[in-house]
Amino acid sequence: MTVLSAKNITMQFGGLTAVDQFNLELNANELVGLIGPNGAGKTTIFNMLTGVYVPTMGEIILNDQSIIKKTPHEIVKLGASRTFQNIRLFKDLTAVENVKIAYHNFIDYNMIQGMFRTKKFWDEEKKAQEECMKLLDIFDMGEYADTLAKNLPYGQQRKLEIARALASDPKVLMLDEPAAGMNPNETAELMETIHFIRNKFDITVLLIEHDMKLVMGICERIIVVDYGKTIAEGTPDEIKNNPEVIRAYLGD
Amino acid sequence: MDHNKKKTYLINTIAVVSLYLVFFVLIQTKIMNNYFVGIAIMTCIMIIMAISLNIVAGFLGEMALGHAGFMAIGAYASASFSMALIDSGLPLPHLVVLILAMIVGGIVAGIFGFLIGTPTLRLRGDYLGIVTIGFSEIIRIFFINFGPTGGAAGLKGITRLVNFHNVYWVTIIIVFLVFTLGRSKQGRAIISIREDEIASEAAGIPTTRYKVLAFSLAAFFAGIGGALYAHYQSFLEPSKFGFMFSIEMFVIVVLGGLGSLTGSIISAIVLTVLPEMLRSFSEYRLLVYSLVLIIMMIFRPQGIFGRSEFSLTAFIESLIQRKNIKNSIDGGEAS
Repeated sequence: MTVLSAKNITMQFGGLTAVDQFNLELNANELVGLIGPNGAGKTTIFNMLTGVYVPTMGEIILNDQSIIKKTPHEIVKLGASRTFQNIRLFKDLTAVENVKIAYHNFIDYNMIQGMFRTKKFWDEEKKAQEECMKLLDIFDMGEYADTLAKNLPYGQQRKLEIARALASDPKVLMLDEPAAGMNPNETAELMETIHFIRNKFDITVLLIEHDMKLVMGICERIIVVDYGKTIAEGTPDEIKNNPEVIRAYLGD
Repeated sequence: MDHNKKKTYLINTIAVVSLYLVFFVLIQTKIMNNYFVGIAIMTCIMIIMAISLNIVAGFLGEMALGHAGFMAIGAYASASFSMALIDSGLPLPHLVVLILAMIVGGIVAGIFGFLIGTPTLRLRGDYLGIVTIGFSEIIRIFFINFGPTGGAAGLKGITRLVNFHNVYWVTIIIVFLVFTLGRSKQGRAIISIREDEIASEAAGIPTTRYKVLAFSLAAFFAGIGGALYAHYQSFLEPSKFGFMFSIEMFVIVVLGGLGSLTGSIISAIVLTVLPEMLRSFSEYRLLVYSLVLIIMMIFRPQGIFGRSEFSLTAFIESLIQRKNIKNSIDGGEAS
């Protein structure tokens, strides 16, 4: 079953075509990698899929609904959430507050109830606290719940960002270079975590990554882009031996 | 609500009531004369203004330099309303008239906040600051030229409905409401925009809606502040609501710490009382005032409290703890 599909999406910035007629089909519960040399247009594709950019052409369907011209928060509500290449946490808030902000749409009380602190406010806040703590515990971050995000170690910040993306209960999780800046041990741990959340939350994962060990290690399918075009698609083994890919990375 | 929260509420309620009783006794026994009561009322109004500005400047993290404009709208709307209401001859008690006038002032200012916020909040930082200055100037110039509210000569004959007792409780209620707002899901959403707007949007927060909400709420409470001001001064002139007045409020918020309500309260008290105290050396007044600001910005640029709040409960607990430690040390020496 297709969860997210993009048909011929093109993004032009003035005269520059960053992404040219890109196609994508993500099936339920798949783990797909998106790789390519620097400047190939991977992050631009992410930005189109999450509503940050509106494609110049093409169509994106998420859960049978077009998401072209939808704002990023509407797309989150429809079931696609993401992390960022350079970590974007709410630095001056605690870890659990970071998660609670993404849990926003599941907390059910209005502003008046919140300001006057009715019983509903206390009940809903208690529920939110418990759910968000559960999520942090999955990432073994329970002990950091009340630590300010900016004071967390780098690896934990990356994990917190993933936890926050999961709090909005997505069908598709998009990770933009989750292993950037991690040492081999942290990367290995991250690989396990990604595998684990895919199975635990039953979601589709699309990730951009430069760390080939991670990509080849966990992705079931890999899409290679260069100059905004798909140059290869297939299983890790197929990709490893694809002459086009080797040429894109190493040159002729 | 768990046990700790109940304790916090109890301690704060006791503190608020006893502070009120202190003022009550001071006013009844005439130890506080009318001049000091006047300063106390103005301080309360400035606290409301600072707290409401803190929703935009502190929680949302945007520079809004037109808060006096919303205060003016609230003041004029509520004054016109209460004058019409009293003229109509309905036998309403003064408190009811004041409450209705505050609601009218707040709602009218809130509507203007919504109307002005919707287009302008696409801008950020300095640009938003300049646009808000522009809007508050438009409002001021409108009232200078608007005949029905007295124009440049001012609006006279507003019944004086505000005294220390009602302004104190209104202030307490507004401080409570803004405090709880900051700790509700709506407040968290607003704060997340301050922290990182792109991440906030990616976390599923409708950022535009919450920006406009924060702006309108700030205008709403500023309107209530304006209503209180109108019914305390019983006279309104447009020149009062100029650019410098907006800056004064912004300075209070920055000095107290952006996002800290207790900081805003303390600095509103200091910056309202200090100029009054310095009235006798009026030639040095502005000098001292600016010196305080400069020293503050050098040694504590994040404001008195930064982003944290002063907690009475935590303060009392730390006092008790210190006493216990001291006791145990003393006990240890004795044995």
